Amino acid sequence: MLSIKNLHVSIADKPILKGINLQINAGEIHAIMGPNGSGKSTLAHVLSGKSGYTVTEGSVTYNTKNLLAMEAEIRAREGVFLAFQYPVEIPGVSNIYLLKAALNSIRKYQGQPEVDAMDFLTLVKEKVRLLDMDEKFLYRAVNEGFSGGEKKRNEILQMAILEPKLCIMDETDSGLDIDALKVVAQGVNSLRSPERSFIMVTHYQRLLDYIKPDFVHVLANGQIVKSGGADLALELEEKGYGWLEEQAAA
Amino acid sequence: MNTATASRYTAEYQTLAPTLPGQTLPWLKQLRCRALEKFSAHGFPSPREEEWRYTNVSAIEKKLFSPSLSLTTPPVDKVWLKGCQLEDAWSVVLVNGRFSAELSVLDGLPEAVSLMSMADALTASPAIAPLVEKYLGQAVNYSEHGFIAFNTAWFTDGLLLHVPAGQVLAKPVQLLHVVTQAETMATTRTIIIVGEMAEAKVIETFAGVDNSYLTAAVTEVFIDQNADLTLYKMQSESEKAYHFGGTYVKQGKDARFTHHNFALGGLLARSDILTDMDQASECELNGLYLGVKRQHIDSHTRINHLKPHAISREIYKGVLDDRARGVFQGRVIVAEDAQKTDSQMNNRNLLLSDNAEADTKPQLEIYADDVKCGHGVTVGQLDESSVFYLQSRCIDEETARNMLTFAFANEMVDKIRIKSLHDKVLEQVLLRFPQEGIEKSWL
Ligand SMILES: Nc1ncnc2c1ncn2[C@@H]1O[C@H](COP(=O)(O)OP(=O)(O)OP(=O)(O)O)[C@@H](O)[C@H]1O
Ligand SMILES: [Mg+2]
Repeated sequence: MLSIKNLHVSIADKPILKGINLQINAGEIHAIMGPNGSGKSTLAHVLSGKSGYTVTEGSVTYNTKNLLAMEAEIRAREGVFLAFQYPVEIPGVSNIYLLKAALNSIRKYQGQPEVDAMDFLTLVKEKVRLLDMDEKFLYRAVNEGFSGGEKKRNEILQMAILEPKLCIMDETDSGLDIDALKVVAQGVNSLRSPERSFIMVTHYQRLLDYIKPDFVHVLANGQIVKSGGADLALELEEKGYGWLEEQAAA
Repeated sequence: MNTATASRYTAEYQTLAPTLPGQTLPWLKQLRCRALEKFSAHGFPSPREEEWRYTNVSAIEKKLFSPSLSLTTPPVDKVWLKGCQLEDAWSVVLVNGRFSAELSVLDGLPEAVSLMSMADALTASPAIAPLVEKYLGQAVNYSEHGFIAFNTAWFTDGLLLHVPAGQVLAKPVQLLHVVTQAETMATTRTIIIVGEMAEAKVIETFAGVDNSYLTAAVTEVFIDQNADLTLYKMQSESEKAYHFGGTYVKQGKDARFTHHNFALGGLLARSDILTDMDQASECELNGLYLGVKRQHIDSHTRINHLKPHAISREIYKGVLDDRARGVFQGRVIVAEDAQKTDSQMNNRNLLLSDNAEADTKPQLEIYADDVKCGHGVTVGQLDESSVFYLQSRCIDEETARNMLTFAFANEMVDKIRIKSLHDKVLEQVLLRFPQEGIEKSWL
């Protein structure tokens, strides 16, 4: 599904990603861990098409297409979804408006007619229930005045409604209390399918207790310094990143 | 100061004066004469005056507008008027600065409430005329600046609304000013009195057909102790028109005043919103100005905290495109006696083009020591991380920008609590924006 080859990315001439290689097949869950500032969010942003990043080397192929050549909205319509580490507040645009606009953009892109108003409401309400949210959130401005946890939950609500193929979740677990973490994990697990892949950026094992990854990668100083199975996360929890960074430097 | 202009108006005054209402009332005749003298000597405000620094009215001075002399209502396009008139309100309609009984809707107005044209108020019942005498000129003095003097000398009509103590108005009152005639000056004077514990919602709408004309409207507002007034101003004058509209308020103890100022039309438009606040009173000033093409839109506010424990909240937003210029001058003055004042003022501007300009000048003048006052100002473009957020949700960049621009303005529109007015304002706001990609039916 996604093939990242030797990806080098700079921000304002400062190299941030220094040769990332990552192969993600349909149905897989990949966890990306690593110290603060190592480039995890940068990778997530570059994949979803945020401007301000310069790709100096390498390629990203998504379902045989050159992902890096697509506008951000085209990537999204093609099924790439980023659940933000810091979701943006959009005063004046209601959640329900955004959901409808997003869903219809995808449908239009796929040559389908606009979603029926009743079907849309049924779908949205079902997902709202799945994520144990209050329906009132639908009519509030996007993320405005939401608590940290509510924002994260709202990201997953959007993800559940848009049904992307590649879900990139940047620290969705940060800021969630135990109960919310369970609900969000449940929401994510309900989306798991052989056609859908996940990249989960996280600092904590506790998310991975609920959503078991197939692979765990450690990103340090712009490179993947170690990859392994779900066990690697446990090892990291115990030993930290120091030993890996030393190995990589050596 | 352009006294040449002033003297042209003065020369005409003597011929036209007999058509102005209240000529038989000595107090008013005198007041008008003094105002005329003041105007003759000083003319319209000059950019040398601090409060007119950013707004040069020489374009108004170059023209000579005439008041409408006809006391019968000229033909007004009914469909167009319907677009301006609120259906669920009592409405008083002024056409070219003169009351139109046939277009006004006053059925079912409670007996105790007085709502009539200023001309009628001055000549009608013995109970009402003294009320006008008592209040006219009390919230603002003609010597404040040229437009007030001009208005005081020339006002052809206006409105009087008196809501007696304890009365809660069941429906809003709309004062609809329309101008249909080119080169007309619509000079109207309005007095709104809300008695103790009374409650009212009033809408002042300004609109005109596609002509050059001058609106110079002054509204004086008196909100008694513990009374509550929400006043909306919807300014959607013709794009060739000049507009001056001043609202001058006196708030009693515990009185609440909420103002919503939608400044959308006019080639050159200026509004003054000034309020004097008594003890523990509250005021909320909301404003939205949208400028396109070569519009110049100036909003000038002054909140006078005169006594302790009063609360004021102000937010003005501007969106400026093309070569438009927006001006915001907001002053908050906290008197020595006004301890425990709580005041917040905010002005945010969105510039959509390199040639658009926003001049913003918030001023806090604090003479008391135990107060909580703040202000903030921003002038900028759309937030790029918001644009990206929407793009990451499948929305193309152009639509994303249009949505965010609309959303910025819509925050103010959403504060309107009268559905029919909300929809009319929304329609006008949408007209002034690139709408590509915005689905109105989903809003
Ligand atoms: N706009 C920017 N300008 C300059 N440097 C930037 C910019 N954005 C990110 N960086 C730098 O790039 C590096 C990687 O940042 P990134 O946000 O990708 O880290 P991260 O791994 O997601 O960290 P965290 O775990 O704290 O979320 C950091 O050193 C950061 O300071
Ligand atoms: Mg990060």
